[in-house]
Amino acid sequence: MSAAEPVARLAGVSHRYRKVKALDDVSLDIPAGCRVGLIGPDGVGKSSLLALVSGARRLQTGTVEVFGGNMRRARYRNQISPRIAYMPQGLGRNLYATLSVFDNVDYFGRLFGQGRAERAARIDELLHSTGLTPFRDRPAAKLSGGMKQKLGLCCALIHDPDLLILDEPTTGVDPLSRRQFWELIDRLRARRKNMSVIVATAYMEEAERFDWLVAMNVGKVLATGSPADLKARTGAAYLDAAFIALLPEAQRAGHRAVTVPPREMETGGAPAIEAEGLTMRFGDFTAVDRVSFRIERGEIFGFLGSNGCGKTTTMKMLTGLLPPSAGDAKLFGQAVDPHDLATRKRVGYMTQAFSLYSELTVRQNLVLHARLFHLPHVQVMPRVAELIERFDLAAHADALAASLPLGIRQRLSLAVAMVHKPEMLILDEPTSGVDPVARDGFWELLLDISRRQGVTIFISTHFMNEAERCDRISLMHAGKVLASDTPAALKHSRGAATLEETFIAYLEEAGGKEPDAAAAATPTKMPTAKPARGGFRLMRLLGVARRETLELWRDPIRLTFALFGSVLLMVLLSYGMTYDVDKLRFAALDRDQTPESRDYVQNIAGSRYFLARPPLYDQAGLDRRMRSAELSLAIEIPPGYGADLRRGRSPEIGMWIDGAMPFRAETIRGYVQGLHYQYLNDLATRHGVTSPTAAATIEARYRYNQDFESFNAMVPGMIAILLVFIPAMLTALGVVREKELGSITNLYVTPMTRLEFLLGKQLPYVAMSMIGFLGLLALSVSLFGVQLKGSFAAITVGALLYVTATSGLGLLMSTFTRSQVAAVFGTVIATITPAFAFSGFTSSVSALEGGAAVFSKIYPTTHFLVISQGTFGKALGFADLAEQFTALALFVPAMTLLCTVLLRKQEK
Amino acid sequence: MQRLANILQLGVKEMRSLWFDKVLLFFLIWSFSLGLYEAANSQSTELRNASVAVVDEDRSPLSQRLLGALRPPEFLPPKLIGFADVDPGLDAGLYTFTLHVPVNFQRDVLAGKHPAIQLNIDATRMNEAFIGAGYIQNIVTDEVTRFVQGYRGDPPLPIRLATRMQYNPNLNGVWFWGAMELVNQITMLSIILAGAALIREREHGTLEHLLVMPLTPFQIMAAKVWANGLVVLAVATASLTIVVHGALAMPIAGSVSLFLLAAALHLFSTTALGILLATVARSMPQFALLMILVVVPLTMLSGANAPTESMPLAVQTVMLATPTTHFVSLAQAVLFRGAGLDVVWPQLLSNLIIGAAFFAAALARFRRTVALS
Repeated sequence: MSAAEPVARLAGVSHRYRKVKALDDVSLDIPAGCRVGLIGPDGVGKSSLLALVSGARRLQTGTVEVFGGNMRRARYRNQISPRIAYMPQGLGRNLYATLSVFDNVDYFGRLFGQGRAERAARIDELLHSTGLTPFRDRPAAKLSGGMKQKLGLCCALIHDPDLLILDEPTTGVDPLSRRQFWELIDRLRARRKNMSVIVATAYMEEAERFDWLVAMNVGKVLATGSPADLKARTGAAYLDAAFIALLPEAQRAGHRAVTVPPREMETGGAPAIEAEGLTMRFGDFTAVDRVSFRIERGEIFGFLGSNGCGKTTTMKMLTGLLPPSAGDAKLFGQAVDPHDLATRKRVGYMTQAFSLYSELTVRQNLVLHARLFHLPHVQVMPRVAELIERFDLAAHADALAASLPLGIRQRLSLAVAMVHKPEMLILDEPTSGVDPVARDGFWELLLDISRRQGVTIFISTHFMNEAERCDRISLMHAGKVLASDTPAALKHSRGAATLEETFIAYLEEAGGKEPDAAAAATPTKMPTAKPARGGFRLMRLLGVARRETLELWRDPIRLTFALFGSVLLMVLLSYGMTYDVDKLRFAALDRDQTPESRDYVQNIAGSRYFLARPPLYDQAGLDRRMRSAELSLAIEIPPGYGADLRRGRSPEIGMWIDGAMPFRAETIRGYVQGLHYQYLNDLATRHGVTSPTAAATIEARYRYNQDFESFNAMVPGMIAILLVFIPAMLTALGVVREKELGSITNLYVTPMTRLEFLLGKQLPYVAMSMIGFLGLLALSVSLFGVQLKGSFAAITVGALLYVTATSGLGLLMSTFTRSQVAAVFGTVIATITPAFAFSGFTSSVSALEGGAAVFSKIYPTTHFLVISQGTFGKALGFADLAEQFTALALFVPAMTLLCTVLLRKQEK
Repeated sequence: MQRLANILQLGVKEMRSLWFDKVLLFFLIWSFSLGLYEAANSQSTELRNASVAVVDEDRSPLSQRLLGALRPPEFLPPKLIGFADVDPGLDAGLYTFTLHVPVNFQRDVLAGKHPAIQLNIDATRMNEAFIGAGYIQNIVTDEVTRFVQGYRGDPPLPIRLATRMQYNPNLNGVWFWGAMELVNQITMLSIILAGAALIREREHGTLEHLLVMPLTPFQIMAAKVWANGLVVLAVATASLTIVVHGALAMPIAGSVSLFLLAAALHLFSTTALGILLATVARSMPQFALLMILVVVPLTMLSGANAPTESMPLAVQTVMLATPTTHFVSLAQAVLFRGAGLDVVWPQLLSNLIIGAAFFAAALARFRRTVALS
């Protein structure tokens, strides 16, 4: 091939995930300027190798050089990342589901620092050549699998990379789309001669078209060379056979060509599946349009069709997951009933997307499902062991499902679908991403259970050699069944040699050809890409902010919460919450029953703080009624009180106060003592003497809040408290959600820096929170009538610093947690309790000691609380609050710095 | 029998998922141990270290006596300031209280002229201002009264007052806030755990998988309720004994098992509520925000932070339909007042009914929304 410098050079590279070794001392020179294919069974390290070359994963041992430089050096990676494009495994994994096709590509253009005009030209060109132009405004989530992969390619190609790395780009993509995908790559290469393409693939017929192949097995390179080389070396006619010949003896032994034994026609009995006019509409979109078919017991029935043609929807209707809009479906002669558990036990279903528990191990998943299907206890373990052996999962039995490569996961899903030995299997693209050897092994199993045990199999697939093995197949397109017959009969009807041609002929006849891009062969003149510069770029930051805003915009519920959540909480809390202590229930245990004793009780009852309850008669009643919280206060007047009072013998009145809630008890004590002194004064006045308790008076003046309503004091504090919750919760999922859904890869492989990423994520939420703040302010001033005495500018600047700080707190939670649940959990812990406990809202911060005191000095609410209360109640301005402003202004960059340190720019 | 086995198996799976997320476990333990301990210590609404400044223009034995009576731990030693410093000091938040003793105060007191002492209170500091003002007024009245009695040789007061604090004689705020933090954490964390577990299953497609198996939505939900509820209950039990009873030295007046029974019933309601919220929200970000909007009022208006009887009647009525109000009042009754089943059965019953209602609503929504997604 090319004699030039290799595009990538690996020397002694090993990589392990905990106990599993993915790459074992690999040394390899990948030639530049050609199409390189990585082939090999599932889980042999293909993806790890690609991720290391692209710089997405952190190198453990060995060296990787790309374009002649060392990929271990972060600086070098940043420098060359604009020359590399990486598309990870999985349909649309690095795309943003709610964004439109255009916005997705546009975002990548911004990340690479392209100007408006340049982006527009490039996006037009790319969408046109991939045939996506008509779907420009469709959200990525609503694209078919093939279209998602094309969109992923557009995103990867926006910056004219010199090295394109594609990890199983056509897995799960239908033959027509697959063909178009490779034609597209060829056209692009025709234009950019120097571009190197490295692809991992499970399709051997695709590998035939590559210039240079790397055959891998269990973390090692078996052989390299052109397809012709490999075939010549092994003397095989096809690459499949060549690859198998390259495998070590032990692995090869189990494999032989799959033969389909003929089906013995069964007679009698209702058909296993019967669909009549099955229709599914979502809004005005008809996903499945009057589909009818019959599947006999023991038959293998294949479902073929382009991505998004309604195969999955049809299968879901048969399983009872989706109630059909019209038509009916029967399983084993009975109408599908979602509540019929007995039928479910007879059916095994495998969904298209991986839907097992990724946090459980392979074995735990199998055992769980065996138990849920009520296998007899003694059979569980033998059955699980049998499946592990049969699906060749032994090496992974105790690995977490999350850590499995795609192909192994598919095998696990299949094993789970069969754990209860169902009479019928409904399998939605079960072999997507599974390597050829494993696929053949799987088909042997299917044929075996179908022919020998009479299990009915309803399977959808994109592999034509698999379709050939079915007893009958249905071709589906755009919600309709085009044809249904045996594979041979279908080929015959179109006079085609292969099933693939037949299929494509049918599709093109039905108008299923996606707008072809032949026209794009005349390339528009594109500006040459300027090498994106490293370091901090405002444009990329704004690109991230723009995407985040768009996502928020597409989610009206979240947008509403973001804007009005705080206001709503304010209305609820300010209406309900009060620290006033009144309406206290009390009763008297009057053992005296004289006019004097009744007078004293009357004095308490007359107060606006207390409500009199029926009197007490004994100590037991007092205990019981206080215990049940019916009474907060009990007054005990001793016998002979009246007489003692008249004789000046200073009787003693007992007050029992419920001390369970100390704050309330203190207040009650204050009230009671006040009322008592008041009573003494009145008594003295009535007798014409001066009570000593009246020797001096106290004029209490409540400053800043003359009526001393808890409400007025609470509103400014409430603003401070509420601006923690929503802003922090808005950012709390920002990073971790991308980690969980996969789009974080874009941070790893683009020139975007961590700081740009973090600040870009924060910016829109700071803006939203400021709108929320203004809402709170307007509400306080207008509806609640709390006057803002101080400077509007001061409180607004304070709020800006404050919401930046609190949203930074959420972002921090997001950067160091691994799951969304943990991030939500952590944010609640870091906001609700501290905001109330350590900020000075309920009690003064001067009372805090130890760790809490330190924490409260750092925590932003403490400072904004002073700013809010100061500007509202005390007419303070910037100068008076300098200390608080400084504290907040320091907290913000500290938080950002911490996030930047905790966020990784490479996957571990 | 098989149904129970299903619920058991799914619940065990739920716990494995929790165990897998170590950061989550750390948060869970933190919030019930050190987090709770610090919050309880800091939130005590007792009067502590309140700052007072005194403008003493009398400089008499009586004014000295007043100064001396403002003692720790309630008050920091009072600062003597000039009259001109009162307003700036209050504005800057240096003092919560200023006391102004006028010229010739003692002379006027003894002459029966009822002179006035001026007390300025920074009313922005809600609790401190309120409780502190009561304290200072009583201290001043006491001191002046005793001074006058001693000077004039008056007889003792015609009626003496003996106040006794029931259940928490020293009004130890740490006990109260410790118990209430425990209650709040139980509520908040169980709602999040159960709800987020359901959303996670939806986002990862595992829920759909469960729905094609011989499992009913009831079983799937029941498993989430018991597993998440049990985890929180276990951590809460440890927290009650080790942190609240141990480190915070709170005596538990009533029966621990009665409290735990109530907590279990409460967890039934809150986990069901979490699931209900998860069926309303469509994604984790939506759930997170919805949860905040529900959890904050639920904990703030439950009576764990402020007495319920002072709230507007409408709020009190609405809050009766939430599990937290009943659990809070039950917790106070059992933990502090030593109430038994005879006293708290209405709360237990209420939470059972509320839990069943939440569960039924969640089940109905679960069937309708989850099956369609």
